[in-house]
Amino acid sequence: MIDPLSVFLLLLSASTPILFAALGELVAERAGVLNLGVEGMMITGALAGFAAAYASGNPFLGFAAAALAGALISFLFVVLTQVFLANQVASGLALTLFGLGLAAMFGKPFEGVKAPPMPAGPLDINWIVWLGLAMVPAVWWFLNRSRPGLILRGVGENHDAAHALGYGVRATRMAAIAFGGAMAGVGGAFISIATVLQWTEGMTAGAGWIALAIVVFSRWTAPGVLAGAWLFGGVTVLQLRLQAAGVQVPVQLLSMAPYLATILVLVLISARQKFSRRGGGAAPGSLGLNFHALR
Amino acid sequence: MIRLVPRQSASNGWQVATPLLAVLATMVMGGLLFAIMGYDPVAAIRTIFWDPLFGPAASYSRPQLLVKAAPLILIASGLAVGFRAGIWNIGAEGQYIIGGITGAAVALAVYPLEAWWLFPAMVAAGLAGGWAWGMIPALLRNWFGASEILVSLMLVYVAQRVAAWMAFGPMRNPEGMGFPGSRNLQQYPSAANPELIAGTGAHWGVVAAALAVLATWFLMSRHIRGFHIRAAGIAPRAARFAGVRPQTLVAFCLGLSGALAGAAGLFEVAGPAGQITDKLGVGYGFTAIIVAFLGRLHPVGILLAGLLLALTYIGGELAQLTMQLPAATVQVFQGMLLFFLLGFDLLTRFQIRRRVSA
Repeated sequence: MIDPLSVFLLLLSASTPILFAALGELVAERAGVLNLGVEGMMITGALAGFAAAYASGNPFLGFAAAALAGALISFLFVVLTQVFLANQVASGLALTLFGLGLAAMFGKPFEGVKAPPMPAGPLDINWIVWLGLAMVPAVWWFLNRSRPGLILRGVGENHDAAHALGYGVRATRMAAIAFGGAMAGVGGAFISIATVLQWTEGMTAGAGWIALAIVVFSRWTAPGVLAGAWLFGGVTVLQLRLQAAGVQVPVQLLSMAPYLATILVLVLISARQKFSRRGGGAAPGSLGLNFHALR
Repeated sequence: MIRLVPRQSASNGWQVATPLLAVLATMVMGGLLFAIMGYDPVAAIRTIFWDPLFGPAASYSRPQLLVKAAPLILIASGLAVGFRAGIWNIGAEGQYIIGGITGAAVALAVYPLEAWWLFPAMVAAGLAGGWAWGMIPALLRNWFGASEILVSLMLVYVAQRVAAWMAFGPMRNPEGMGFPGSRNLQQYPSAANPELIAGTGAHWGVVAAALAVLATWFLMSRHIRGFHIRAAGIAPRAARFAGVRPQTLVAFCLGLSGALAGAAGLFEVAGPAGQITDKLGVGYGFTAIIVAFLGRLHPVGILLAGLLLALTYIGGELAQLTMQLPAATVQVFQGMLLFFLLGFDLLTRFQIRRRVSA
């Protein structure tokens, strides 16, 4: 007999890494920045967080270190796209490839050791899970109800207009990218510190890319990101349950489920945007475009 | 203060100079990184970039250059065509894996039949498999507007699991005593992709890579389709007014790059790798993205960039053996190279002028 509450707790846990990373990327994309480096920032956070938690014995210090490491490595993307005006797609890819390599290189000494135990939070749910859930209304409020959020959205919709009004396009975007990096770092660290309890090479296994897809699925809203992350978490838990139940389907095929589900929701949401009568997508107007002020 | 003035068109001189600058900067930064990690930086750089070609064990490592460069060049040639049009196939790794599986499937299906047509049929199946895997993101983008970046990348993870399933399930060697992995195609004469000239490392994949370089050069600079691709990349709206259909280009570019990646996978499975295993994908599909950029999306550039990155693979393995450098060093190096290249690229698109004080 499957207890629905325990399934929901598993779902919460499975969706947390994606939730953090996708909320961070949401803020970056609302500022007009398409950062495909989420996977690289997550794996950096996963390693830095695990290393700090292991060395200090305090998992919360691990999460702080992961946020810092994620923000630091996102600075490479800031330099490339905001200072050197490089193509955002290529720069994001470079960040992912570099992050995966860097983490694999510095992660060797941490293979095979265990993370310190995480103290359970209220209702026996991990504190970081609570933090992730709290970030959803916080990000929503920031984007839709605060003045800096309004400026950030303005920069993302039309950077020339925002610049003409005197807002700092570059500074806003730098802050948004750093926030995205910190959030991706925490999301990655949740995998290594709270879920797997170990460091293994490439352990984020595409979670960063799934987070990118979930931002599209959310139609660039915070509640939508939560829905997407839960949908993904649900598919993951279902897949693991089926494996445990010994269904007559090869494990390798079951483990494709999260990726296939991601493609499916991406197709559904894109189709809805393409064929909707109102026309036009929900994507920020200046998404992926670089800004260069001639004056 | 300095200011940046956009150029009317990209500077030809800097187009050539920036990749060289990027390689140089990578060596310097890489050396610094090695010094921080406690290795002799000069020895490390020499081991990676010099010893594979001219060092004491060069007679072993030199043929490896072509073995490693062939898949990189083959895949990057296809990718570059799409990148020119702003069509981002970043799932070549998946197309490579599927091409390897479909190609090997032909041989495994008829084993132990010996026939002259077997190897060509495998190549055709590899091309078809990679093409089909590349057409999935193409069609999903054309029909529904789904991002080809995310779909092609997701399909890499799916392809990796298909490979694992094949290695443990349908394609497992019945005489393999229960070990995962298919029959070894190198020991199956009609299906093997052997070294053509002893001591050079050249197998059929090398021939195919050379042909791909020639064909993509012809396509991009002599054929109307290549003109359309370049036009769509520089000015999408203008291209559409001129009658270029974006959907046709999406299907063409993803199909072409998928097919070439699939062929690369087949040549690897039938040659150096020998069999289908769960570790069939070794990252050529991702490194090829760096090759394409480093080669400036130009066939000749890709040829040179492919050889250089092949060198870092071999040099990295050598440094792992002789200096106990971590295996992931190469990956870090390749990532760094792309960073520097993208950064220096500023010089091709902008002029740097001193700001005149008002």
